[in-house]
Amino acid sequence: MYVAVKGGEAAIDNAHRLTAEERRGDTGIPSISVEQIASQMGLAVDRVMNEGSVYDPDLAALAIKQAQGDLVEAIFLLRAYRSTLPRFGASEPIDTSGMAVRRRISSAFKDVPGGQILGPTYDYTHRLLDFTLAAEGQEPAAIRADAPIDANLPRVTDVLGREGLLEAERPGDAEPGDITREPLTFPADRDVRLQSLARADEGFLLALAYSTQRGYGHSHPFAGEIRMGEVTVEIVPEELGFPVEIGEITLTECQMINQFAGSEEAPPQFTRGYGLAFGQAERKAMAMALVDRGMRAAELGETVEAPAQDTEFVLAHADNVEASGFVQHLKLPHYVDFQSELELIRRLRAKFDTAEPVDMAAE
Amino acid sequence: MNTPLLRVAELGRSYGARLGCRDVSFELYPGEVIGVVGESGSGKTTLLDCLSGRLEPSAGTVEYLTRQSEMVDVYAMSEARRRLLMRTEWGAVRQNARDALRMGVSAGANVGEPLMAVGRRHYGGIRAEAEAWLDQVEISTDRIDDLPSTFSGGMLQRLQIARNLVTHPRLVFMDEPTGGLDVSVQARLLDLLHRLVVDLGLSAIVVTHDLAVVRLLTHRLMVMRHGTVVEEGLTDQVLDDPHHPYTQLLVSSVLQP
Amino acid sequence: MSTGYNFAYLDEQTKRMIRRGLLKAVAIPGYQVPFASREMPLPYGWGTGGIQVTAAILGPEDVLKVIDQGADDTTNAVSIRRFFARVAGVATTERTDEATIVQTRHRIPETPLAEGQILVYQVPIPEPLRWLEPRESETRKMHALADYGSMHVKLYEDIARHGAIATSYDYPVMVDGRYLMRPSPIPKFDNPKMDMNPALQLFGAGREKRLYAVPPYTPVKSLDFEDHPFTVQQWDEHCALCGSADSFLDEVITDNQGGRMFVCSDTDYCGRHRAPHDVSSAP
Repeated sequence: MYVAVKGGEAAIDNAHRLTAEERRGDTGIPSISVEQIASQMGLAVDRVMNEGSVYDPDLAALAIKQAQGDLVEAIFLLRAYRSTLPRFGASEPIDTSGMAVRRRISSAFKDVPGGQILGPTYDYTHRLLDFTLAAEGQEPAAIRADAPIDANLPRVTDVLGREGLLEAERPGDAEPGDITREPLTFPADRDVRLQSLARADEGFLLALAYSTQRGYGHSHPFAGEIRMGEVTVEIVPEELGFPVEIGEITLTECQMINQFAGSEEAPPQFTRGYGLAFGQAERKAMAMALVDRGMRAAELGETVEAPAQDTEFVLAHADNVEASGFVQHLKLPHYVDFQSELELIRRLRAKFDTAEPVDMAAE
Repeated sequence: MNTPLLRVAELGRSYGARLGCRDVSFELYPGEVIGVVGESGSGKTTLLDCLSGRLEPSAGTVEYLTRQSEMVDVYAMSEARRRLLMRTEWGAVRQNARDALRMGVSAGANVGEPLMAVGRRHYGGIRAEAEAWLDQVEISTDRIDDLPSTFSGGMLQRLQIARNLVTHPRLVFMDEPTGGLDVSVQARLLDLLHRLVVDLGLSAIVVTHDLAVVRLLTHRLMVMRHGTVVEEGLTDQVLDDPHHPYTQLLVSSVLQP
Repeated sequence: MSTGYNFAYLDEQTKRMIRRGLLKAVAIPGYQVPFASREMPLPYGWGTGGIQVTAAILGPEDVLKVIDQGADDTTNAVSIRRFFARVAGVATTERTDEATIVQTRHRIPETPLAEGQILVYQVPIPEPLRWLEPRESETRKMHALADYGSMHVKLYEDIARHGAIATSYDYPVMVDGRYLMRPSPIPKFDNPKMDMNPALQLFGAGREKRLYAVPPYTPVKSLDFEDHPFTVQQWDEHCALCGSADSFLDEVITDNQGGRMFVCSDTDYCGRHRAPHDVSSAP
């Protein structure tokens, strides 16, 4: 005798308990701490902060632990938490030329004032699995330099800019838009495009950036400068009327230099692509700069034909919280819609099976 | 009826420092077909876009006599009203039929869509009218459910024409209607256009670089060069006895069969 | 109720923002109002739009019913109902006639709604022209100019190809004779219930960031042709549990040989339809 299925609530509770048990894993092994994740998995923490749109390494580390290492799930946790946070105000715009640089390179020039500073990077490592890491016990130490890095490292792009060969970034008069307060509408201006790119899925941006290098909207990019280090965040409290430093964050900035032949109105000049990310997120900043440039195609009078140049396509699909939710929603019950389709197809099938054979001798 | 269907006064359009067209004035009467000839870059396509409501001019006016016998300034009205006008009283035949058709739906749907866009809601009736128009443009009616992707270039152009005529437009704008087609296909298409224009009493403005097209289809002719009209008049007169040196050059460079 | 969160989770400013959007939506029936959708603790695509609408209109005196596929006990309905129990502490019910707010995914309850009730629909894709035109910038213009001819093109093609309109759910409708609307993936069986309904119908699409509404007693007509009028699904069978011949039936596979039975999708309706009658009787 069929009885309507009940007990969904109990099933969900049990699923939650099972998940928690799986997350903990073998209880004979020490539980991983949030501090360990924050301190030793910093690059995962950086990604979660970027796409979760919250600069808080401890919260990001907690999210990673709670999500059992699934970064997209951790990003969702952080983003949902962000929704509950009240907003006190906006900081002053950050000046990256004042950055306490720990890494700074330029591929456009062999050497630059202040030098090519490699900093901490995996770039030149040989990708050989290091089994000694599994053994633990090694405490690596870096060698100190004789003198600190020059505190004043002007941007490479400013040098080019002085010659007039690189387009100037023109700050607009209007207040920048805010995609967390107003939904994105198209056509979208550069301010909200960059905001969307900052929290966009790194894999998606990476693929789009890659596509621009393979002919889908090529812009002949050069890495004008990539810098990483600490910048101070300032706000101007109403009561004081002058800026006060509230803290320091780590940023990675990438300025891409791209080709542009000029048009009837504009002289030949290099054009820009810009990427900015929390923490040490170089791949993200670089991909962002390439896609930023791609989406400027229309504004620069180039033919829009590649996916990375299609602003609506890029921005509508870049947020992995939205994408993951909708893709995975297919797991929800759809049996009523499916029942409708079943009924329809059975009816059409019945018609097809009983229809007269069509004379195929056509023109 | 002494009121022109279309009155154009000092129409001009520039792109920054670059000139598209300038100082174009003329009147079109019901049943007339006017040709605009010139080489690429002469400004004839810019002119057509301004005339057909697709491009706002920098100077001058375009006035049109509606079915309600009201003379309206095409660019003084709202975009909504202009688009409605373009949908219900005008037609536009483009050089590349693929730009004007829905390649993913059947021929019948393509021809029926303008009817559905103005509120027709009887499937059988829409289909019957679509069939009748396919027949008028010499497309076999048993192709009505076929996708346009299976049609030849000439058939696509004829399908585009059917899609345009189904709403009985009073004024049709054509941009190189025979461009890109084989010579024999062109000839057949021209005959069809000529027959339709005569049978339906259409008014039309035809932009082309092909003098054979204007010879067959148009009553009057405007010759454009560097954005301005250098000569105009009755088609036969202009072609048989060109006055302006540029017109003479155009006429003489046509290969005689 | 879980402390540390505002009533119904969203802060008051956000609720006000959503209510402003809803007022606009009610003022223009069927028109999609953009709104700054918030990330919620449930994923996009899982009902965040409906949840935000419910959170914005919910008060301590409300009685909430949540259904998915017509049933109160499907996993997502359970999850959403528990969310509101945690963050709002409102009374919940499974009875349609006792609810002040019914949040639903993919069904309209069989029990007719009354004035004063609100039906909140969860919407995945709000734009009815999306199949035809992926660009938001274009579809906005089409709505503004009531340029809907292309919607009928799809129906025409269905008839030309299959002899009948081949849309069985999320069937497009004209609201108040002006705006083309997507009713969310309810089966077309439910479309007639939207027409002149005494209740207020609100639609929330969280991921797509749109709100729309059908005020009480608004005409809602499913698109069709005069000679191919809109029809609803019908079954030969009756509900095996309550005997109903008028409700939407779920097909349940009962054994490995393909044995099947049909039962009401609306579990509340089915249960109450059955109550005074013998379970095994069927007309």
